[in-house]
Amino acid sequence: MSTFTTPARRGTPPPAARKARGGVLPWLAVPALVLFVAFGVIPLIGVLFLSFTSWDGLGEIQLSGLTSWRAVLGDPNLLHSLWVTLLVMVVSWAVQTPASILLGVFLAGRQRYRAVLAVLYFIPLLLSQAAIAIAYKALLDPNFGLGAGLHIDLLIQDWLGEPILAFSVVIFVVSWQFIPFHSLIYQGGVRQIPQSLYEAAEIDGAGRVRKFFSITLPQLKYTIITSSTLMVVGSLTFFDLIFVLTAGGPADATRVLALDMYKRGFQASQMGPASAIAVILVLVGLALALLLRRLGGRDANASQMEGA
Amino acid sequence: MSLTQTTGIKRAETLESEPHGHRRKRRRRPGSDGPNWLGGAVSWLWLAIVIVPIYWIVITSFKAQSSYYATNPLLPPTEPTLANYQMVVESDFPLYFVNSLIVTVGAVIPAVAVSFMAAYAIVRGGGRRFLRGVNSLFLMGLAIPLQATIIPVFLIIIRLHLYDSLLGLILPSIAFAIPLSVLILANFIRDVPKELFESMRLDGAGEVATLLRLALPLTMPAVVTVTIYNALTIWNGFLLPLVLTQSPDKRTLPLALWSFQGQYSVNVPAVLASVVLTSLPILAMYIIGRRQLLSGLTAGFSK
Repeated sequence: MSTFTTPARRGTPPPAARKARGGVLPWLAVPALVLFVAFGVIPLIGVLFLSFTSWDGLGEIQLSGLTSWRAVLGDPNLLHSLWVTLLVMVVSWAVQTPASILLGVFLAGRQRYRAVLAVLYFIPLLLSQAAIAIAYKALLDPNFGLGAGLHIDLLIQDWLGEPILAFSVVIFVVSWQFIPFHSLIYQGGVRQIPQSLYEAAEIDGAGRVRKFFSITLPQLKYTIITSSTLMVVGSLTFFDLIFVLTAGGPADATRVLALDMYKRGFQASQMGPASAIAVILVLVGLALALLLRRLGGRDANASQMEGA
Repeated sequence: MSLTQTTGIKRAETLESEPHGHRRKRRRRPGSDGPNWLGGAVSWLWLAIVIVPIYWIVITSFKAQSSYYATNPLLPPTEPTLANYQMVVESDFPLYFVNSLIVTVGAVIPAVAVSFMAAYAIVRGGGRRFLRGVNSLFLMGLAIPLQATIIPVFLIIIRLHLYDSLLGLILPSIAFAIPLSVLILANFIRDVPKELFESMRLDGAGEVATLLRLALPLTMPAVVTVTIYNALTIWNGFLLPLVLTQSPDKRTLPLALWSFQGQYSVNVPAVLASVVLTSLPILAMYIIGRRQLLSGLTAGFSK
């Protein structure tokens, strides 16, 4: 796990030896460590252990070897859930990233009204996913929703009843909630780009589009990686929203891994297979985070300021 | 960079002889490309996308159920009524509100406190192997979708006899909040000038005194950011109450909202009134701490 130690420590000079200071410091970290181990690390190991058992959530836990794994891996539903998860991840990334960059660049301007826009954009992020899902369910209702009230036929669809529509609604609502957050990250990234680069480009006669593609976008490389990591790993955790909005339906069209895990475990009382799915979820999350870190490269800071 | 420089000079020379003097002038002033039409259009469009559903939720929550189906959904109610709010408040919502408040306050304060202590230790004693390990552990926690650990958390909470209790919601909420809080707080504590720590040391102050009298006051904006962020996450939490509670009187707001919606799905204005009511406290918090939250999050993530 040494890869994970680099980012937070980057930029800090190695602390000088202060052994003379007694043993207080390590103790300060102990409460957080104990809580995180008890409800984070132990469950993480526990989920691996439980995937080799059978348990109905109430009775005794019994070791059952690879039974759960065989059941899960042999189940075509798993492949379907994996596919849906991947699709949600890729499509929501592809929708959110360009929009967030565009909005972030625009919001980076210092005009007062843009600051007001940023404040308003942020509101959806504050609402609970359950509340958002409930509101959208009402809004999209084919009989009582917005479309029916306005008598616009195009809007009167069985939004949550058709697989493709329901999937699109999930992507839309996710974007509705999270684009503001990512545009905020990009806004911060854009503001860190040295003005001198733009001045140089202007002397070269570069126009707005050229400056965007030759300066802004390359300079945002590491911001894009940060934002994408959050998006991609975050997309594995879309549970509340999908659970309330579609409950995985229609016809399992939105049954992502997290939902599959919940349904098997807490509704079908098969904690063993559900744990196996949880392990897969963790592995996918870790693999993606590592992959995106590799893409980022180690010398992130060195090259970013080049030519400033 | 040398390539750009030479072309830059060349470009400037050609520009001198160019007849379109006005173009040259415009381009030389930094940031003077004229309005960004695309960005402007997208941002106003996005504003509409964000605002219209929220506007619809708010105005509908003031409509009588009978008039809801008959009126234009985007026009404000002709006879605004508080009946929906009254109905929501007279159900068990006050209880759920108090539950949410207990869980949020009960989790956020300890979470921020232990995270701050850990972040301080990691920054100040980062050379020690133990603290390096702790730091890596928390960073690893960031990459793991914590929902995936819900089944063992459920088991642990049962074994601790905390199932269906608010404390059973508080403990895992604290743990899940720690990794990101430590990361953000550590980033800010690192920015405190080393000389200040040194002068505290020369004054004979111990680590705890330094933490309380130097690090805490100087990183207050970050502490506020982390507090608001965690309060938001925990207030809005859905999975933990869904899995770890059972009795209706232990419900927190998002879960209550969900079951309320199942119960009254036909009464759209009442459902939306409950949505508005559960969101009001967070909106109030946003209005108070907006500046802190926005700038703190940008700084926390762009480091």
